Parts: sequence; structure tokens; C-alpha cells
Amino acid sequence: MKGYNFAYLDEQTKRMIRRSLLKAVAIPGHQVPFGSREIPLPYGWGTGGIQVTASILGAGDVLKVIDQGADDTTNAVSIRRFFARTAGIATTTATADATVIQTRHRIPETPLREDQIIVYQVPQPEPLFRLESSRVETKRMHGLADYGSMHVKLYEDIARFGQISISYDYPVMVNDRYLMSPSPIPAFDNPKMDMMPALQLFGAGREKRIYAIPPWTRVTSLDFQDHPFRTINAPYPCGLCGATDSYLDEVVTDDTGGRLYVCSDTDYCSRRRGAAE
Amino acid sequence: MAYVAVKGGERAIDAAHDWLAEERRGDPAVPPLGVAQIQQQLGRAVNRVMAEGSLYDPQLAALAIKQAQGDLIEAAFLLRAYRTTLPRFAHSKPVDTGAMRIERRISAIFKDLPGGQMLGPTYDYTHRLLDFSLLDDEAVAQGPVAEAVPEAMPRVPDILGHEGIIEPDVPSEQEPGDLTREPLSFPAGRDVRLQALARGDEGFLLGMGYSTQRGYGGSHPFAGEIRMGEVSVEIEPAELGFAIDIGDVVLTECQMVNQFQGSKTVPPRFTRGYGLVFGFGERKAMAMALVDRTLRAEELGEDVTAPAQNVEFVLYHSDNIEATGFVEHLKLPHYVDFQSELQNVRKMRAERGTPE
Repeated sequence: MKGYNFAYLDEQTKRMIRRSLLKAVAIPGHQVPFGSREIPLPYGWGTGGIQVTASILGAGDVLKVIDQGADDTTNAVSIRRFFARTAGIATTTATADATVIQTRHRIPETPLREDQIIVYQVPQPEPLFRLESSRVETKRMHGLADYGSMHVKLYEDIARFGQISISYDYPVMVNDRYLMSPSPIPAFDNPKMDMMPALQLFGAGREKRIYAIPPWTRVTSLDFQDHPFRTINAPYPCGLCGATDSYLDEVVTDDTGGRLYVCSDTDYCSRRRGAAE
Repeated sequence: MAYVAVKGGERAIDAAHDWLAEERRGDPAVPPLGVAQIQQQLGRAVNRVMAEGSLYDPQLAALAIKQAQGDLIEAAFLLRAYRTTLPRFAHSKPVDTGAMRIERRISAIFKDLPGGQMLGPTYDYTHRLLDFSLLDDEAVAQGPVAEAVPEAMPRVPDILGHEGIIEPDVPSEQEPGDLTREPLSFPAGRDVRLQALARGDEGFLLGMGYSTQRGYGGSHPFAGEIRMGEVSVEIEPAELGFAIDIGDVVLTECQMVNQFQGSKTVPPRFTRGYGLVFGFGERKAMAMALVDRTLRAEELGEDVTAPAQNVEFVLYHSDNIEATGFVEHLKLPHYVDFQSELQNVRKMRAERGTPE
């Protein structure tokens, strides 16, 4: 685009972000502070993911952008257009065809490969923020792997509700060392992070943090031996493609309690329907 | 009703943008607003956008205001997103506000002082009565022509400084931090704190400053001096070896003078709170000076009990571009998260035997 560098950010900024990414990959799950820039999209709408994507994109990359699992939600459309406009790269909605996938709130149902990178948009990188508001203090807690308060919180949930009440942004331990926010993906998606062949990068623009999970890294959702981690999903097959293994959105069809459950991953759902026809 | 697919996001966005453009222009029968008109006649808005947008460029600020239909936070965002793409050629030398070409200078602590009091173009003593004559095109009232300011106007804390009764302003040789390049880290030095406050939201700082006056971290402030006017900006290119003047900026500076009881090592004396803002932004400069002083609580050995004394709290929440983005992102789809919460709550209710 005239007047702007390839993928918007200038090369110095990209280098700075790549250095942060390398550090993040070297210390899986550790939050690396970085000099986050303003992006022409608002904070909270994916500015961290956009900066990470801008820094790793090459001219030959094929980009997929999803929000809530869907390629056609307005914010996904807006971000995909941003890169098509500023980087002139090819875009796709097919998970298998993408080399870089930027996502908000979901991991695609189609398993990712070693030659793919998934970039998560992260609103709040600090997994402890509801328990401790001071970042000075949480930094110390990460340094000492002092995660007792999170276990106490999970224990209190079980004591009060009979189960852990976190249904999304469910905290994970990365490589048995760092407690990490998986971003607000449903707990349903957590197991996909474990030993994923693809590189997983996380960008939090407003909070100015980057973190990463290298390929084939152990990622475990916090739990107790007698209360093992459980995923949550609507107990129905997809109303469009019949899938029983995908995460479902609930669509309100009338005002008398009518509901339709459909795959949140639009690419997965349409591919299954295409195959069935 | 059949399942309504959410396809069509692209067309919806294009249509929304077209509608926005039409709404921004308003009734075509009314002449369009010129950027020069905004720059000349909505100067206080331009100043605020330059301050919060962290870019001194009245014309671009006016353009941003026009493009944002007068939404000043949106305008500051436009300016910031442009600013961040600009290359850096040099750092300026510290501006000398003591040599300011004064348009306004008042002190609330001395009735008269070298250089005198000078009201300048202030709303302070206007009666807030709507002037219905402005509904029509007005004749331009000619302001009095200022006589050349006769004498030097030393900064008021410097006058007090001679007596040693106010803490000294110790110059630092350290390179100041820059929040626009490096993320905030703690403990945050005063340089970084002041930068954050200077970019911060006027309303947020006003509320914070006000809270200190109502018992949440009080600091016994006096408005030592407020001055507004033009200062020269100089850079010293390495290849030249001497400073050159690259232009002028209008600044508002506020120096609060605060009582301090003293400690075991320091005798009782006055301390300072400092505010500096692009353009004529007196409300913000004063609020900033109040908050700067309360943020020094720890350094001065005072108890940190109030929000305005909590550095993390103030610095993480003062930026309106960050705040507006994150508050407004709640309108983005959260179907997936809400769905898992729905299933979770339904499951918990079922286990408790709550009837559907």
C-alpha cells in the first residue's frame, strides 16, 4: 500500500517483535514484554495478533483469519482485509491451505500441521489477574512458579459448585513450568494445544506482551486427580453437518425456545457438508 | 425462522462505511466544515487531540477531528495511528519554559511577582451564559494588542528555590524513557510517569486529581504557577555540534507547590507536582500536576492508600486509546465464550436439581 511498508509495520519494529518472539519461543509460556505499537484498529480488537502476524508474514504466505471460529464474522473480515490491503498476500478460509492462521477465541477443528503457525489474539495475557491485580506481584509469582493461589481458586470452585466453574480462558501449564492464559478459547479447545505440531504464538497489544508455545510442547489444563479436567460442549450434533466432534454455537431460531446448534468452525462445517453432497 | 447465516460481513462493513461517510458530511445543503475552520475556531479541541494523540500538528489534529465528527478520542486515535508510522530523525533538547513567550501566566501563591500576573485568553471569569448572538455570523471583536512583555518572567518555584524552602529540581543526565517504544515496567521512573500522564486522558486525570482533593491521597496543593505560551524546540544534530531551532510549540505548564511535613532525613519543605501539556490545556495540566505529586508518595515516604497514589493503577488506566478499545471490544462477538458459559451454568443448575 502506498506510503506504508509491507504489512504496515516498519522493518525496525518487525525486527523488535521478532526478537521478542524468539525469546518467547525459547521460554515456552513466559510473557515477554514488547514495545507494542499503535495499529489502525482499536486495542482489544486484535492489535497484538496483528503485530505478530505482520512480523512473521512473508510475500508467499497464505493467511486465514477467524473470529469465534468463523471466517465471515465482521472483525475477521476486517483483519483479513487489512493484511490483503497492506501486504497484498493471498488469503483463504480453508484451514488446510493456510500457512498462518490468526484467531480470536477458537482453535480450528482441522488439526494443524508442522508447516503452519497459529497466532492468537490475547486480551489479557496474565492468567493470575483475577487473583492478583498488581503486575509487579504477578511477575514475582511467575518467577517463583508460585501458583498456589490458582489451585486454591480451583479448589474453592469445587467446594462451592462441585466443579471448576471456568468454561473459557481455562488456565494451562506450559512445559511444566509457566502458568499461561490460552486466550479466551473455550476449554473445549485446550487439549488441541497439547503437543500441537504447529507453532503457537500469542500477541497482547494493549498489555504489550508476547508469548509462545513451540511445536510439540506439553500443555496441560490445571486440574486435580479426583477432579480431572473436562471439556464443555452442547450435547448435540451439528444441526447443519451432523458433526459430533466439533464445538457448537447456539443459534436462537425463534422466541419460543427454538435452538439450532451449529459448528462454530465455519470452514470445518461447510467442508463436511460439501463432502456429504 | 430458518438459520440466518452471518455471511455478508464484507458487504455489511462496506455499507456501514458508506453510511458513516454520509452521516459525517451531514446535510449537503449546509456548507462543509473546513479543516482551517476547525484549526482556527475549535482550538481547544485541537489542543486536546494533539495532547492525547501525542503529536504536535494542529492541521492534522483538525483533520482528525473532522474525520471523527468531533469525537475527540477517536480523533486522538487517528493521530496516534499515524504518528507511530513516522520515522524519528532526532530527539529535541529539553524545552526551556522559563524562556516561554508568555500568553498567560498566573500564580495563586503570590499576589505580585516578577513579571506580574497575566490573564491571557481565559474563560475563567466569563459568566457561563449562552451567547445567542453567536447563532448568527458574528462580527469579529478585536482583542487588545498586547504590549511587548516588559520583563522576564522567572518560573515561580525557581523564585522559591532561592530560599531552599522548596525541593530542588535536580537535572538528570539519564536518557528519559519512552513509552511509545518500550512497554511500561515497574518501578516506573518519574520521567515515564510524566510521559504517561501527558498522553493520558483529560477526564481520567481530572477525576484522579479531584479525588486527591476529596481525601483520597491528599497532597495540600497550591497552584504555584500556570503558564501558557510558545517555546522553541531545538535539536542538536551530531554532525553539526550545535543546536538549531526547528520550530515552536504552544505548551501549558503547571507547577503545584505542595506542603511536606519532612521526614527523619529531610527538613519540612515544599514539594512539587508537575504538569505539562501540548497546546492550551490548563485543566489537564493542573490535574496532571496533582496526580504527579500523589504518585510520588512512595518516593517521599508517604503511605500509599489511595488510587491516585497507586502508580500501577494510574498508569495502566490513564490512556484513553487503550481504554476505549478494550471497553468497546465487548461489542465484538463473544458467542463462543458465552456458549461455554451457557452450557456450564445449565450443567451446574441441572446438577443442583434446578427446574428448567
